[in-house]
Amino acid sequence: MSAAELNTGLGSRQSSGPPPTLTAVRPLRHVSTRFLRSELGLIFGRRRNQAGMGILAVVPIMIAITVKVSKPGAGGGPDFFASITSNGLFVALAALSIELGLFLPLAVAAISGDSVAGEANIGTLRYLLTVPVHRCRLLAVKFGAITIFSLVATIWVSLVGAVAGLALFGGGEMTMLSGTQIGMGSAVLRVTMATLYLGLCFASLGAIGLFISTLTEQPVGATIAVVVINVMSFILDSIPQLSWLHEWLPTHWWMSFGDFLRDPIAWGDVTRGLLTAAGYMVVFWLAAWARFSDKDVTG
Amino acid sequence: MTQEGTQDGTRAVSGELGDFAVATHGLTKRFHQQVAVNAVDLRVPRGAVYGFLGPNGSGKTTTIRMLLGLIRPTAGHHSLLRKAMPEHAGEVLPLVGSLVEGPAFHPYLSARANLVRLDSVDRHADPRTTRVRVDGALDRVGLLAAAGKKYRAYSLGMRQRLAIAGALLEPRELLVLDEPTNGLDPQGTREVRHLIGSLADDGATVLVSSHLLSEVEQVCTHIGVMHVGRLLTQGPIAQVRAVSEPRARVVTDRPQDAARVLRGVGLTDVTVESGSAMGTLGTLAAEEVVVALVRDGVPVTGFAVERPSLEDLFVSLTGEGFNVSG
Repeated sequence: MSAAELNTGLGSRQSSGPPPTLTAVRPLRHVSTRFLRSELGLIFGRRRNQAGMGILAVVPIMIAITVKVSKPGAGGGPDFFASITSNGLFVALAALSIELGLFLPLAVAAISGDSVAGEANIGTLRYLLTVPVHRCRLLAVKFGAITIFSLVATIWVSLVGAVAGLALFGGGEMTMLSGTQIGMGSAVLRVTMATLYLGLCFASLGAIGLFISTLTEQPVGATIAVVVINVMSFILDSIPQLSWLHEWLPTHWWMSFGDFLRDPIAWGDVTRGLLTAAGYMVVFWLAAWARFSDKDVTG
Repeated sequence: MTQEGTQDGTRAVSGELGDFAVATHGLTKRFHQQVAVNAVDLRVPRGAVYGFLGPNGSGKTTTIRMLLGLIRPTAGHHSLLRKAMPEHAGEVLPLVGSLVEGPAFHPYLSARANLVRLDSVDRHADPRTTRVRVDGALDRVGLLAAAGKKYRAYSLGMRQRLAIAGALLEPRELLVLDEPTNGLDPQGTREVRHLIGSLADDGATVLVSSHLLSEVEQVCTHIGVMHVGRLLTQGPIAQVRAVSEPRARVVTDRPQDAARVLRGVGLTDVTVESGSAMGTLGTLAAEEVVVALVRDGVPVTGFAVERPSLEDLFVSLTGEGFNVSG
């Protein structure tokens, strides 16, 4: 059969007129935050994640109540705990130092592990790609949403801690780790900076999660892998014989968030921490792109 | 049409531009050692309703995944709406509505929220008209009343309809529907057939795959038949069917005598069943056969000229039934 013959077989539908011409593609909206907002809606609208946020809030509330009912000046705990009775804002810092070990990384692992693998698992990934969503844009928006989630979750813990602490212990002048005192306004600023710093650190773990999420169609598997990497990093960081490795570990600089509570701020370690976080973000986002850009989507 | 005939035919059109909504050239996909799709040359003329037929596992879905750029061909290339894919996916895919390997949505979102989600990732979609377009698409597949229900609570048939609605969020030039009638009851199947017809009337080209021949036969202008990764034949439905020659059936209480007469006047492949005899007519006129039967005194209680169904045609092409390929 020839092309002409193929065309003659169209039947009555085509005989009435020429074949339809290519409709102009609808105008492209260059700057649009709809996809990102949709992602955030999926993340924060999901019951599971709302429950997770609730659990994250339990820790600062528990800390505040426990310190309130126990004898003041018991001491022995981390630095922040000893200071809580002097200024409620320290509840936020104490909560962050407790939750950075497991709860906050776990939350970020759950979201980032789910980011691509979750869509692949239920099959929505193929429908996103045929809309079409360019694969590069998909990874960019997914990572943007992970970063925003990391910041929001960290701010949430900090905020709940600050509110609970100020309610139970009051505010006022804050005694820095270096011994000097700063006013309430500066204190809030310092706690905010420490919180944002940690949020960005967790986002770098999220970049690792995004990459792992492109390797599998099992979101839970990806989440577990991220948690394992997080725990491994803490373990390696505690082995003195591996001290040459420590500064390269993703979690090594996390505890440096306390440096924002020195007067003046000790910028050395937090700068290293931010650079390390940025390095992990770039490397693992690119790894995700390398993996995902020509991956066969069969799920 | 024989397999050789198809290959001659496709060679004739390859190289010519032609107004094809879908054109593939030697499209091949190999998974490890298994060849899922083997040098397929699809030609879907613009405006056609193209039935992409073949048993489960014959390579239809893999071909469709390659068409949409979800998987990379091992060899070959293709174009959609005359633009090379996947290079021009950003320009072409907004004009293509697709249903690939069954519906897939977020289970804890409502049907409407799922479609809004799909619309919100589309950079070509106008957010001011989202609500109208989403409800329009839901209405078109008969789901408007159940739009607020969670996807999790949807039946398979409703899910299938929702997936079709997702393909209709924007006006499309080409619809690629992979097994759109899966899980639908007979009424739903009829509605989908009707929907395909109305989409074609709007000027869209429709590529619809199915493993159920009878479902698509009625609505298609063209068909292509896949079997173990190969495209056995394709073309306008009448042309494909014309390959199978009409057979005359004589209903009589003396089938042996009827068969003798049929052979006598030149029919071939004469077969005898209880109460009837059949033979391939060839160039003979049916009325001459009837005259011969009556002249020889065979009591004819019924006479019919039958064309084999697509199913029979498939058997004659493959030498086997329309079953799952290994």
